[in-house]
Amino acid sequence: MKINFIHLIRIVRHGWKNIWLHKLRSLLTVLGIVFGVASVIAMLAIGEGASYEARKMIESLGSNNIIIKSIKLPADAKSQQPSFLGVYGLTDRDLRKLETIPSVVRIIPAWEMEEDVWYYDKNISARIIGTLPEYKDVMNLSIKTGRYFDENDLEKGIPVAVIGSTVRTSLFPAQDPIGKTIKIRSSYFTIIGIAGEKVFAGASESFVAEDMNIAVYIPMTTTKMFFGEYEVKRTTGGIRSWERNWVQYHRFVIQVSETDKILTTASLVSDLLSQTHKKQDYQIIVPLELLRQAERTKRIFNIVLGSIAAISLIVGGIGIMNIMLAIVTERTREIGIRRAVGAKKRDIINQFLTESVILSASGGFIGILLGIIIPKAVTKFAGMMTLITPWSILLSFSISVAVGIGFGLYPARKAANLDPIQALRYE
Amino acid sequence: MNQNNTTIKFENVTKVYHLGGIDIPVLRGVSCEIKKGEHVAIMGPSGSGKTTMLNIIGCLDRVTSGKYFLEGKDISTLDDDALSEIRSRKIGFIFQSYNLIPQLTVLENIEMPLFYQQVDEAKTREKAIELAQMVGLGDRIRHRPSELSGGQQQRVAIARALMNDPVLILADEPTGNLDSVSGREIMKLLCQLNQQGTTLIVVTHDPNVAKYSSRTLKMLDGKISNED
Repeated sequence: MKINFIHLIRIVRHGWKNIWLHKLRSLLTVLGIVFGVASVIAMLAIGEGASYEARKMIESLGSNNIIIKSIKLPADAKSQQPSFLGVYGLTDRDLRKLETIPSVVRIIPAWEMEEDVWYYDKNISARIIGTLPEYKDVMNLSIKTGRYFDENDLEKGIPVAVIGSTVRTSLFPAQDPIGKTIKIRSSYFTIIGIAGEKVFAGASESFVAEDMNIAVYIPMTTTKMFFGEYEVKRTTGGIRSWERNWVQYHRFVIQVSETDKILTTASLVSDLLSQTHKKQDYQIIVPLELLRQAERTKRIFNIVLGSIAAISLIVGGIGIMNIMLAIVTERTREIGIRRAVGAKKRDIINQFLTESVILSASGGFIGILLGIIIPKAVTKFAGMMTLITPWSILLSFSISVAVGIGFGLYPARKAANLDPIQALRYE
Repeated sequence: MNQNNTTIKFENVTKVYHLGGIDIPVLRGVSCEIKKGEHVAIMGPSGSGKTTMLNIIGCLDRVTSGKYFLEGKDISTLDDDALSEIRSRKIGFIFQSYNLIPQLTVLENIEMPLFYQQVDEAKTREKAIELAQMVGLGDRIRHRPSELSGGQQQRVAIARALMNDPVLILADEPTGNLDSVSGREIMKLLCQLNQQGTTLIVVTHDPNVAKYSSRTLKMLDGKISNED
């Protein structure tokens, strides 16, 4: 093409003028492209945000870990009796057995309970986690201030606690919690550290991950000393409706030596546990597998989204082609005049192609603005995390330009191939 | 030597249109010469082929057979792009219905031929203003064609036709839509241009228009029937 840049700018300016002349018609013409592009960007942003949260949450469980949780099975009639003592969950025996698997690096057990944590008159319902110092490492916990408890604390059963960020903000909105004493049931613990914030998606609670920000970590030995191995829960119903269960461990975090061995290790774990547990009162969670599943889901989501986007952009393109054909007919005489004063076929093609590309590109531009605003609104009003990816903007914009070229080419060629003499006579 | 002052030369030119499977001969062997700087009127009844002849001269249409030389160059075999190039460089058109582009201003209409020669914008503008003043519309350059009278619109068309410094001005019934006063003004303007050396060919069936010319070609049934 023998077009210099300055001339191209003039062509674009002329095209823009013609489009501006019919503002409403042009706006209606590009509406399809606007919504196509906006929906691509917005939906990708919402999808990307959701999967980002899911990924973060799964990663916060440790992608090299296998997590086993004790599960309280549905209560049978006996458990309603006041004196009944239920037994369930993971035990020391399980721990020793699982440690024999070669690919297992270490197993960090944890004992958990839901309990109110008090600081003077403030309180918050938190997850109390009694565990070993290594828990911090296998779960990738970061410590914002202070320290995590160590072997010494564990050995001596010292009543110290590390609190999550939500616990911190609700109990100590304005103070430095380090060194303060909190009360759990009737025992007092000194705060020695605050854990860094962890991503948690409130919206996708069905996931296996828990909100790590409302946790209070204390040494395992201290837990056993103060709270024993019984969990006591008030059940719904009468005054004497208490349920007591004996649980040794609520959770094992198994660290596996290599990522490749995670799946085989998980099945070994399953086999070993099923030998001793008559009922399946545990759940094996493999974060890596969940992660892959999440990625698969996201890929399907993207394919579905992509097809919807493609359809809406094609529809938008047909809208543009339709109007361009009408414009060519409307301006037949103008085409004849331009040909008479020396315009080549190529000049006519350039003129009309430029107009359709300007149409589709400005539609794309408006669509991008909408596509940026919508996710922001979703974040603001629905509280969902959204993530606008630059490539989605780039992709949808280039597609809209391509639509302008693709669907503008036929009308432009039609215009160029008009017989100048016929065109000049056209009424 | 002959080529230097012959602008147009037709050698047994025929033109046949195909309409609905039927061949309609419009020109049946036209031979003529038009010299540089001449003012020629082409007259004849409707359907005699005068407009077709003008279109062929103006490189808007091609001959079916025979030869057409413009300034000594055989252009009967040129392709579409080359014909466009000739129209762009050498020819100015004036039509009965003015044929201005309605959404453009007077100035933009006048500028159009140089747009396709990709001439510098500032130079184009300067020349367009100059021509607008020459045709007496220096104060109307921002108006749209619909805001002008017929005579004024035709003067805009003349200014547009002069934009590329043509060797040949072709006018198809230039006064056909005008009242006699404006018609006379337009013809005066055209004659003035002709006196400055531009070859002028006017198609008309109005003897009052034809009388301005130095020579009249009378056409009948696709042939030149009379020449005086």
